[in-house]
Amino acid sequence: MNNSKRLLAGPYLLWMTGFIIIPLILILYYGLTDRNGAFTLANITAISTPEHMKALWLSLVLSFVSTVICLVLAYPLAMILRHRGVGQKSFIVFIFILPMWMNFLLRTLAWQTLLEKNGVINGILTMLHLPSQSLINTPGAIIFGMVYNFLPFMVLPVYNVLCKIDDNTINAARDLGASPFQTLIRIWLPLSFPGIVSGITMVFVPALTTFVISNLLGGSKILLIGNVIEQEFMKGSNWHQGSGLSLVLMIFILISMALIAKYDKNGEGSAF
Amino acid sequence: MTRTKQLIRRVWQDFYLVIIMAFLYAPIVTMMVLSFNSSKSRTQWGGFTLDWYAQMFASRNIMSALHNTLLIAFLSALIATVIGTAAAIGISSMKQVPKTLLMGITNIPMLNADIVTGISLMLAFIAFGISMGFKTILISHITFNIPYVILSVMPKLKQTSRSTYEAAMDLGAGPVYAFFKVVFPDILPGVLSGFLLAFTMSLDDFIITHFTRGAGINTLSTLIYSEVRRGIRPSMYALSTVIFLAVLALLLVSNFAPRKKA
Amino acid sequence: MRKRMIALSIVAVTAAFALGGCGKTASSQESGSGADGGSRELYVYNWGEYIDEDVITQFEEETGISVVYDLFETNEEMYPIIEAGAVTYDVVCPSDYMIQKMLENDLLAEINFDNIPNVEQIDPDYIQMSRAFDPENKYSVPYCWGTVGILYNTKRLEELGVEPPTRWADLWDERLSGEILMQDSVRDAFMVALKKDGHSMNTADEAELQQAKQALIDQKPLVQAYVIDQVRDKMIGGEAAVGVIYSGEMLYVQEEVADLGLDYTLEYVLPEEGTNLWLDSWVIPKNAANKENAEKWIDFLCRPEIAKANFEYITYPTPNKGAFELLDEELQNNKAVFPDKDKLVNSEVFSYLGDETDAVYNNLWKEVKSN
Repeated sequence: MNNSKRLLAGPYLLWMTGFIIIPLILILYYGLTDRNGAFTLANITAISTPEHMKALWLSLVLSFVSTVICLVLAYPLAMILRHRGVGQKSFIVFIFILPMWMNFLLRTLAWQTLLEKNGVINGILTMLHLPSQSLINTPGAIIFGMVYNFLPFMVLPVYNVLCKIDDNTINAARDLGASPFQTLIRIWLPLSFPGIVSGITMVFVPALTTFVISNLLGGSKILLIGNVIEQEFMKGSNWHQGSGLSLVLMIFILISMALIAKYDKNGEGSAF
Repeated sequence: MTRTKQLIRRVWQDFYLVIIMAFLYAPIVTMMVLSFNSSKSRTQWGGFTLDWYAQMFASRNIMSALHNTLLIAFLSALIATVIGTAAAIGISSMKQVPKTLLMGITNIPMLNADIVTGISLMLAFIAFGISMGFKTILISHITFNIPYVILSVMPKLKQTSRSTYEAAMDLGAGPVYAFFKVVFPDILPGVLSGFLLAFTMSLDDFIITHFTRGAGINTLSTLIYSEVRRGIRPSMYALSTVIFLAVLALLLVSNFAPRKKA
Repeated sequence: MRKRMIALSIVAVTAAFALGGCGKTASSQESGSGADGGSRELYVYNWGEYIDEDVITQFEEETGISVVYDLFETNEEMYPIIEAGAVTYDVVCPSDYMIQKMLENDLLAEINFDNIPNVEQIDPDYIQMSRAFDPENKYSVPYCWGTVGILYNTKRLEELGVEPPTRWADLWDERLSGEILMQDSVRDAFMVALKKDGHSMNTADEAELQQAKQALIDQKPLVQAYVIDQVRDKMIGGEAAVGVIYSGEMLYVQEEVADLGLDYTLEYVLPEEGTNLWLDSWVIPKNAANKENAEKWIDFLCRPEIAKANFEYITYPTPNKGAFELLDEELQNNKAVFPDKDKLVNSEVFSYLGDETDAVYNNLWKEVKSN
């Protein structure tokens, strides 16, 4: 009986082989060959050219900074959400999720309008007789866009683990004389660690690989590794090199996967 | 004393929530305002107009992109739900080693960067000689949707007790009949939420579609991206406003309507 | 994975309307297109906003051919799609140097001009110009042409105390820091730098290219953003003082500035060092499935009244002399759109430089961008 049941996974297995495994092997193949199909490591070592290194380094820095900002913003938020009453809670969560239904390209584009030199924010500043700021087309604007787009990815997993923490644990700590700060460090943070880890990877990976945000808010002045790869493919310069660089990028993704596997064994950081 | 303290804390919390909300909603409000701006420019207010709404309904580019987006979301969610649910049942009856292996494969598209998934699928379609178009987008969406379905159904399967299913069989039900009568009702909530998840993911995707779309086909995301660089038409803002208000209305109705216990 | 959380929370929150909500899919569809009908179809691949949509409808009504219309942003994006053949288009509208590249890589089909009698409406000057990339005039029919120049905001320049630009070199003026919009495409950006130093924009000379690269790197701190078509909206919005722009945007810019009643004016200048004279033409890819329909399409677009309708929508100068004669005198004399031919002596048409030189350009551009 179990045999026939197991067969139900057959179509899935075929599908995933055809559209996940084989495509990944193709990237590997393209990444390790040149235009004539001969084996080469040149596409991988291309990462060490100064312009690629700069792009990769900048991507790492920007996505690191945005991840930290997301965490700092999200943790108190998740705490507040946890403390709210049950009926209110789902409504507030809903309020925070709602913007995600708006197309993310449009939301990012709207930030352009807000941040521009003659944009809304500078308009308000001028009205208040404050000097206008140059906000757009800077690394800061990109970080801003990343935080904006990926903040919910941090809030939700953290919020989910926080909800699972038993109030009694907290009360016990307090009864034993722990200060709020000690409670935070010794109880809250360790217990919510799986959520934090999965939040971090969920912000870090898309931030590291984005090409859209840097295009829209960076005025194309700032080249991230995602932009390099996208251009190798979409501007037709060199698919082999694009694949090679994707392989390098995957190393970082694998590291994230490993982190999740290590610290979030039971999938606590997810909503399940 | 403690009450004042609590009150202050509460005020601070509300303040924080409001700040974050302003941050999240500022661009949406901007977009809505722009959808009524009679000037095409994003930085100049030219007066109030509803022209963009009229244009939106008249534009066949926008309407066909909307049509494609919804159709692909629906079909890919449906197919992914069927394949995914079957797979979840199959996997759950496997031994530990193949189970871990298959779940590992399931995790790949979810953990991988969208850009890599998109590129790898594009390379595969070209290698297989499948011409890019509606079906390649559909296949890609099904591919990244299946894992969401599996992950929603699996926990429900764990909760169903094997003995009721076996009892049904003992009482003479065929395996298929027993499944639909006994197991399926139990896992139905998981199947439904898997479907919804898949639907949402498909609606939201840009990057993978960007690499796998072909002739004469746009989803809303790719249409917007192609317009972004050219100066976006305000009818796009009108469309987003409409979609946003529709979702908002549905959610509000569902939240405040007298609800049945599920 | 990341999105999983979001979606799950959405599901959690919306579980109540879950079943009702899906009905939306079925009800709110208002399909705009349906592309079937056997061989009576035509796959068109064109630049964004590069046709009056009514013209497509008119073509469909007149011929009974249904048009599948798709857009690209840059020549570089279009090329691999045609080359890979994963999508087969019947008629495409690339620029000069890209047509040459497609021709050299044997991607184009010879056009049967017997099916395109209206080609005689095209001004012979542009047929002549086409020889730069299509030496025997066998593969392409001109659609739009134009120049690249500098758009400037008179008031902003006055405030900055900078005199209006006349040369590319003026884009290296330090007083314009943060006020310059450059083109975000390899060849256009290098054209500016190469022309500034008096080199050909089709050079493959290593030293000249290095010099151009250095010039672009030097210029980068002054540049507000590298954009493609957004130059137009940003200049109208008063975001920058000067921008490198395609001449075709000028009519739109002038109209919009007048409509908005802005307190500044935007002027266009053709730099003295010469510029890029470009030509976008219709070509038929070799793997086209509906070649005759493609020829009907080209012929249709060459009709003076259709070309005029397109010109009025796109506002890029038309090489169609029949259409030109139908225009108002005021428009015919608009020098920003239709410059005098003697102003164009130093200008060139881009030519295709070969894959290797292309790669050199791309790498140098990457160096500029990542600096």
